[in-house]
Amino acid sequence: MTDVTAQQHPNVDLKICPTVARMFKLQWEQAQKSWVLLYPEGMVALNGSAGEIMSRLDGKTSIQVLIDTLEKQFQTSGLSTDVLNFLTMARGQGWVKL
Amino acid sequence: MNASEICKSDTPNPIGPPLWLLAEVTYKCPLHCVFCYNPVDFALAGPELSTEDWLRVLREARAAGSVQCGFSGGEPLVREDLEILVAEAHRLGFYTNLLTSGVGLTEARAAALKKAGLDHVQLSFQDSTKELNDFLSHTKTFDLKRRTAEIIKSHDWPMVLNCVIHRLNIDYIGQIIELAVELGAEYLELANSQYYSWAELNRDNLLPSREQLERAERITNEFREKLGDRLRIIFVVPDYYETRPKKCMNGWGSIFLTVTPDGSALPCHVAKMLKDISFPNVRDMGIQDIWYESDAFNRYRGDSWMKEPCRTCPEKEKDLGGCRCQAYMLTGDAANADPVCEKSEMHHRITEAADYAQIPDAQRDTIKPLVFRDPKASRALTV
Repeated sequence: MTDVTAQQHPNVDLKICPTVARMFKLQWEQAQKSWVLLYPEGMVALNGSAGEIMSRLDGKTSIQVLIDTLEKQFQTSGLSTDVLNFLTMARGQGWVKL
Repeated sequence: MNASEICKSDTPNPIGPPLWLLAEVTYKCPLHCVFCYNPVDFALAGPELSTEDWLRVLREARAAGSVQCGFSGGEPLVREDLEILVAEAHRLGFYTNLLTSGVGLTEARAAALKKAGLDHVQLSFQDSTKELNDFLSHTKTFDLKRRTAEIIKSHDWPMVLNCVIHRLNIDYIGQIIELAVELGAEYLELANSQYYSWAELNRDNLLPSREQLERAERITNEFREKLGDRLRIIFVVPDYYETRPKKCMNGWGSIFLTVTPDGSALPCHVAKMLKDISFPNVRDMGIQDIWYESDAFNRYRGDSWMKEPCRTCPEKEKDLGGCRCQAYMLTGDAANADPVCEKSEMHHRITEAADYAQIPDAQRDTIKPLVFRDPKASRALTV
């Protein structure tokens, strides 16, 4: 699994500890029952899995540890592709720093 | 304000929360911009809300689900209690935005606002050329804005520069972009003036020609290519050159709530012009009731209010018939289609203005003098 993922995301090092980008503020919104990303004059409501990933980005947790934690929590395996796909998209949107 | 981005959120209920609160804390302003969207009769507004009133509005709006709070005006820095309001908004969990001309943002106030938890400053620039800037804003503010931009950067705020674009400055668009780069802005909003309030009075002087607009878009795209991620440029075209209307405010009472300096609650910042609607005041009614229950906020929700051609139009959900205020201004009835739509019987009101914009100033029979936004002009125009 890791090998395939590494081929799809050759530029992402699993030892990196991502953070939410400076301009964005992540918070739980009870009214919408979701994690939201707030930024100058805009807002993105995150879906469940995006919220699970984003809310764990603290600049100290590596991508590998993040994947392991999520797999343990949801009692599943093979989440690395999903997590890396999301992080790559989120970096493209400017939401996270890898 | 960027409706298209905020509306990415999914709201399962038929009426979602007022996600965006615009707190217009004062009409006082050191500038006198010819395109100001404040109502032309602003000088007749009642007394400003007190600090306590505003704190209550912030709490009620947050409880109703608001997440973005913009402090605007007039010039919000004129209010000496701005730091108190920002601190409370921050404590409540709002993303706090200050929309300012920069006049009054001293180092001391910037430090106090940072401490209060201000998330973001949007600095408006009228133009990048000092003379034109001073002419358009009618005050000597350009050097000050440059200093203000430095203060914003030094406090590590993300910086959004906003420049209202129109016939008199659109030809300088390249210089405006270069200035934004020089100042280290992260976003640059080049928003063509929308023709409401003072801008509507001055429309013939402000609406650019098609040629001017096309050139400006071309130059903007060249810069986008050259600058890449360094500066994100948002270019908003004037809807007078469109054939379908904008989904104004993402729909009436959909996500935006404006509270004016004297406490009127509006679904957009210019809606007070609709004189047949009695807009609720935050002094008399709570935000929750204003948003969900008031006649004013329900008036143009959904599509049951629509007339032809909107009522049977296959695109009606896409633009909700455009802007109610533009329909009112140009057709006399807010329930008509926004005349920007070429299906509107009154679309000629738009094309006539656009045709006139093609005539160079030198070939025009009469040039109306620009009307600058100030209390004296406001009183004179509303007697």
